[in-house]
Amino acid sequence: MFSAMDTVQSVRTGKRKKRRNFNIANFIISLFVLLYSLACILPMILTLMVSITDENTIMRNGYSFFPKKFSLYAYRLMFQGGSSVIRGYLVSIAVTVIGTIGAVLLTAFAAYTLANKNVKYRNALSLYYFIPMVFSAGMVPWYLICKRLGLQDNILSLIVPNLLFSPFNLFLVRNYMSGIPDSLRESATIDGANDFTIAFRIYFPLSLPVLATVTLFYGLGYWNDWWNAIMLVDRQELYPIQYLLLQLKSQISMLRDLQYMAGAVNVTPPAESLKMATAVITIGPIILLYPFLQKYYIKGLVVGSVKE
Amino acid sequence: MKKVKRIGSTASKDAVVSKTMQKRTKGGLIKDIRHNKFSYLIALPSMLYIFIFSYCAYPYLVIAFQRYNYQNHTLFDILTKGQWVGLENFRFFFRSMTAFRVTYNTLFLNILFIIFGTIVSVVLALLLNELRSRWFVKTTQSVMLLPNYISWIVVSYLILSLFSNEYGIVNKMMKDMGKTPINWYIEPDVWPPILVIAHTLKGAGMNAVIYLAAIASIDTSMNEAAIIDGANRFQLVTRVTLPLITPTIVIMTLLAIGKIMFGDFGMIYAIVGDNGTLYKTTDIIDTYVFRALRRVGDPSQAMAISLFQSVIGFLMVFGSNWLTRKIYPDGALY
Repeated sequence: MFSAMDTVQSVRTGKRKKRRNFNIANFIISLFVLLYSLACILPMILTLMVSITDENTIMRNGYSFFPKKFSLYAYRLMFQGGSSVIRGYLVSIAVTVIGTIGAVLLTAFAAYTLANKNVKYRNALSLYYFIPMVFSAGMVPWYLICKRLGLQDNILSLIVPNLLFSPFNLFLVRNYMSGIPDSLRESATIDGANDFTIAFRIYFPLSLPVLATVTLFYGLGYWNDWWNAIMLVDRQELYPIQYLLLQLKSQISMLRDLQYMAGAVNVTPPAESLKMATAVITIGPIILLYPFLQKYYIKGLVVGSVKE
Repeated sequence: MKKVKRIGSTASKDAVVSKTMQKRTKGGLIKDIRHNKFSYLIALPSMLYIFIFSYCAYPYLVIAFQRYNYQNHTLFDILTKGQWVGLENFRFFFRSMTAFRVTYNTLFLNILFIIFGTIVSVVLALLLNELRSRWFVKTTQSVMLLPNYISWIVVSYLILSLFSNEYGIVNKMMKDMGKTPINWYIEPDVWPPILVIAHTLKGAGMNAVIYLAAIASIDTSMNEAAIIDGANRFQLVTRVTLPLITPTIVIMTLLAIGKIMFGDFGMIYAIVGDNGTLYKTTDIIDTYVFRALRRVGDPSQAMAISLFQSVIGFLMVFGSNWLTRKIYPDGALY
């Protein structure tokens, strides 16, 4: 990464000099950047702190970064058997895994065809996928179509609509596959390989980096999705964790149900700490997978968008 | 004479050759499919998906001009048995003050998002570029990107932890400072600033990465030349780096302007929900259409408003793309 400071120093002195340890401008810059980063992360830390705070302490003192009394009661309540939170988590995991696999396959297959120079109509095909990206009919026709297809109140309604295929990701993969030298295909054809073999032995293995990126895009999309749930699902057992989180914010009754199931009706329902605890476990997987997200998400965005 | 003949014949030969290559007959498509059976086959599922969810959706737009009848289940029924009311749905929408309010909110919020988002992410990129310590930059960058990966629902909880009336940190601090706490969730005027800050914190990190990539692609000899001409560090940033990434900034901004009629439903609904007291400043077209569809149950009304949004939206998309093509031809999408 180029830094103006380096160039100023090396050009002026004609050699790479060791920098002075303290520089007021750098200090101020670092401070700004630090403050911004803190603004990003402090609310999350606060939520974490509240989730492990004893409920009565919250009632008395409100939210705090430094709780006077800790309690993991909210988490214990959450992980009781039969808890709707656990169920929501499982629904989210199932939907994310199945959906992501399906989406990546669909995308990889279509991208292969669009990148296959032997397919003479691939530009027309690209246009076919491109137009919906620009012209969308909106949520009303989408909703009516989903209803018509029976995608209501079942697991498919969380997987199929909206998220199973994204033209944006398709073009990302296609651009990458177009970069694979045609000579590979030619020599394989000479060796007697057919389209199927070329696809699965050459193109897909070589495209693993961009497919990893696209897997993350889709996975993140599925995990964070609550649109399908709010539009198409009314059964509480089928709520993904994100939608559950939304409901939890405004429905004390849900909390009472949870507590009743745990058999502890006499204790103060841990409304606040439970809400925050649910939020914490919702971000959980994202934080865990964060290194991967970092690496492939950005790389994929930058690489895939280069016009070759 | 000979030369002219030569050119003439070459030109006609090229014309014939290119014409043959351009010829796309129906026989050509079938031949192509037969030649590339596998490729067409594996593309079929996604083609079907797009056909069902995108192309089959277009005919439904006519509902905007009907009084929707729930008895009409199939598209055929809708097209043939529907009751046509012309522009009545649109008149109903525009007669009410809501039309003005939601459109204004959508545009106002989006404009604020674009302005502040661009400024913050460009400044961040420039600042990050100045820092030397790689680990510091990497760590802060990771932290700044984190909000981008979490959903708006989780963000709404973060906002709740700050602005909750009884328990929130902000009200606590106000009480500690002796001021009377504000009941944030019933006060509509405070929300545009809060929403802008939330939206910026969520998206600026990612945009900064994009701008950083643009900065990285700057030819370093530009900077060296400027230094030789006596530029100091600040001038280097403002006179060299910033102008050179202006094309990227313009393209990103124009892309955003193209989407200006489309609000972020996820953000608004997750944070505001069905809280009617805040509608004055936070209700956008998308949430209004949502309520018309899901709560009131009038698809025709919803469709009319959605169509209004789409038409103007598309004009913006094409307008901004046309503009991009005029200023920076390489940046235009299509």
